[in-house]
Amino acid sequence: MPIQYYIAFASTLFCIGIVGVLTRRNAIIIFMCIELMLNAVNLLLVAFSKMHYAHAIATGGDVATAGIDGQLFVFFIMVVAAAEVSVGLAIIVMMYRNVHSVDVNFLNRLKN
Amino acid sequence: MDTTHILFWFLTALALLSAVMVLVSKNPVHSVLWLIIVFFAISGHYILLNAQFLAIVNLIVYAGAIMVLFLFVIMLMNLNAETEPQKSIWLKFAGVIAGGLLLWYFVSFTISSLDLKNKTAQLKEGDIGLIKNLGKVLFSEYVIPFEIASVLFLSAMVGAVVIGKKD
Repeated sequence: MPIQYYIAFASTLFCIGIVGVLTRRNAIIIFMCIELMLNAVNLLLVAFSKMHYAHAIATGGDVATAGIDGQLFVFFIMVVAAAEVSVGLAIIVMMYRNVHSVDVNFLNRLKN
Repeated sequence: MDTTHILFWFLTALALLSAVMVLVSKNPVHSVLWLIIVFFAISGHYILLNAQFLAIVNLIVYAGAIMVLFLFVIMLMNLNAETEPQKSIWLKFAGVIAGGLLLWYFVSFTISSLDLKNKTAQLKEGDIGLIKNLGKVLFSEYVIPFEIASVLFLSAMVGAVVIGKKD
């Protein structure tokens, strides 16, 4: 499969996430759109890792470990995402307890 | 057009459609369910690329743990679709235009790039995605980041408890 298809697909998914962050006011939906963007990047990293592997086979490079770093990066991104979700959802729950809403427009107290 | 290509286009269409539905759903619970479908489609893509370990980890961590956490939080909060405040139509329009322009930039850059010509991602074959090969590299070259990740988890756990406790 040409790598351009994967790049276009992942870019579309990433831009859908960006549009979600820009157009919604519910903090939980914004958080889910951030997860969507992280997953688009993960998919692109895996596609690039397989691209490097195919390139190593074609040119006789190091076939055993070519492209394996990309998949490990995806693993570490998943680790960081899990930690981020736990802290972020705790912040959203605390915000709901204080203002009884998850609307991000209520969080402008630092502005004045 | 063989089975792999049909699966690729099917999973792509499913992921994009569900991602759009995440945005346009009024009910946050429906958004979570659509997002789970996106994660399943992305796991299908990982299996197509023969990254089996990441496919399973994606299912367990994202579709399992993280989405259940989202569902718990939404059900704790008693959100109604009617009470959700909406941004003004001009702000929504500006957001869609901004995202569309970024997408246009990405895609035109991809099409015109000479470096990417004739590069293909290998499907169905290649054993770098198997857990044996990934584990060997993870526990030899990447053992220090792996240990730091455990410290990160510990601090995230402490942080979540400290933020979430009643004061």
